[in-house]
Amino acid sequence: MNGTAVLHSIIDGVLTGSVYALMATGLTLIFGVMNIINVAQGIFVILGAYLSYALSVHLGIDLFVGLAITIPTLFVVGIVVERAFLTRLKGPERVVMSILVTYAVSLVIEGVLNLVFSSNYVELHAWYVNRSVKVFGTYLPYIYLLGFAMAVVMLTALYVMLYRTRFGSSVRASLADQTSAALVGINVKRVSTICFGLGVAVTAAGGMIYGATNAFNAASSYDLISRLLVIIVLGGMGSLGGALVAGITMVTIEDLVGVVWGPVWSNLSFFLILVVVLSLRPQGLFGKQSVRVA
Amino acid sequence: MPRLRNVWWLVALGALVLFPLIETNPTYTTIGVFTLIYMGCATSWNMFSGYSGYINLGSAVFYGVGAYTMTLLSDHLNFAGNGDQFWLIPVGGLAAMIVAVPVGLVALRVRRHTFVVITIAIFFVFQLSAINFSFTGGTAGLQLPLIPWLETNFNKPFYYAALAIVVFATLLSMAVRRSRFGLQLLAIRDDEDRAAGLGVKVFAVKLTGFTMSAFAVGMGGALYALFLGQIYPQFVFNPIFDISIALMSIFGGLGTLTGPLLGALVLESMQQYLAIRFSNGAYYLIVFGSLFLLIVLFMPQGIVVYLGEWRSRSKARRVEGALVVAGEAS
Repeated sequence: MNGTAVLHSIIDGVLTGSVYALMATGLTLIFGVMNIINVAQGIFVILGAYLSYALSVHLGIDLFVGLAITIPTLFVVGIVVERAFLTRLKGPERVVMSILVTYAVSLVIEGVLNLVFSSNYVELHAWYVNRSVKVFGTYLPYIYLLGFAMAVVMLTALYVMLYRTRFGSSVRASLADQTSAALVGINVKRVSTICFGLGVAVTAAGGMIYGATNAFNAASSYDLISRLLVIIVLGGMGSLGGALVAGITMVTIEDLVGVVWGPVWSNLSFFLILVVVLSLRPQGLFGKQSVRVA
Repeated sequence: MPRLRNVWWLVALGALVLFPLIETNPTYTTIGVFTLIYMGCATSWNMFSGYSGYINLGSAVFYGVGAYTMTLLSDHLNFAGNGDQFWLIPVGGLAAMIVAVPVGLVALRVRRHTFVVITIAIFFVFQLSAINFSFTGGTAGLQLPLIPWLETNFNKPFYYAALAIVVFATLLSMAVRRSRFGLQLLAIRDDEDRAAGLGVKVFAVKLTGFTMSAFAVGMGGALYALFLGQIYPQFVFNPIFDISIALMSIFGGLGTLTGPLLGALVLESMQQYLAIRFSNGAYYLIVFGSLFLLIVLFMPQGIVVYLGEWRSRSKARRVEGALVVAGEAS
């Protein structure tokens, strides 16, 4: 262990953490607006990665250019899933049922992906995946920097949309209180559908970066979804800023633990931090105190 | 009416007792053992999660702890590999209960939605620990001393041990349901704040229920380890187990007594059958996932409630019909 390694792991953590923050923001947006825990988010990330893989291997389309196809595709997939299955869920056990439904959806997608791509691990390749640049005495693959830039751009776009547009106000109103939002004339159903689509669409971008930085197969989704869930719970469910901060912090700490105590402990630290934080602050870092409903 | 009900329980028990005597094909008795293990675990899971509404998606923690307790103890206490290891099954259950206390202390501090997620997180802490620590054998897993029985009746002792767990879990769940404690759990499900306001010590009740439900699940895990003779962290700490147990109870009827039993009976035997039928894992996932979707979407309250409603509806129709006839006659 030395200073450079620590610095390197912090830089790494912030760069990859931002990508996790992007995927987690989609998940927390869906929870905040719709009260749905979308455990299919993990398999959507992998689906996005496989779409980028198919485009780059079979059609020779560059990974970033391919996003112009994969992001809209996943947006549509999200809307279809929401319309077909999630709008049917009603009643007090809605949140739990949403977990089961999205889990079932993810099983089916996992099966289809295994069928089409087999369960062998694959990786995305491009010139910027394999080359590095020297920063502060350590080598960083270009893809980390590009992924960070992309995450920043997309998160900024998302925030501008949420805080500077009329649609964004409707979303934030629905986040705060669905009934009141409906009362002032917001079409909460439409807002929900679009939010689900958006929340899923960001996984296309996240999935591409994930696939370029990790070897993956369909079963990688379990690892992903558990991390993403931890991030949104830690940030406070439904808190967009919380997902951002928690995503970057958690991945950075994980990388640091990996350097200081060894990679065996890095995975574990991720979940242990959550357990510790929640014992001190049950509502998460930025979550609102749970209030009584109905 | 209650007497008729008791008769049905006895008939069901009789059928389960007779099954391995009539059906000796080891393929089917193996399915029988797994199905019974799941029936016991689902009933025990439902005793906490179904009654209180706190859906635990980390029940594999108890299952895995039971399995590792069985394996490590039979290794370190030098069990020779005769039938004595069956006595370690309740020890596995106790170990799971001991683990449940700190887990519950952390997880039960949060409200329902977050509870679901934190149980998943705690599950991964255990799975990753089992993979990382050396005393668990890591990903290579651990072996148990082989039990040298004749292959023809090999399944029978395991089958009856599993059946004993099912009977235990059912009786316990029944007793809880009828007790003051069970009412407190149900009150928490319906309205936790009001229950607290009326003097229910909600945290203590939740923690007790959570810990109690760990026992039979831990025993199930211990029996599973003994039955298979070897364990791997990813199979005893298995996310599919977490979700299957919940699904079985919801499919049968969350919070009902017969629901988890029926749900596990139907789903686990079907799952085992599908696994044999579709040796390609991908088809299996697609078929299982689709069935799962259909069940959750079209029978969200479970088959027990669904059948009950259907029966009372048809009864109501009959009564209504009789009234119409009576009205016309007058």
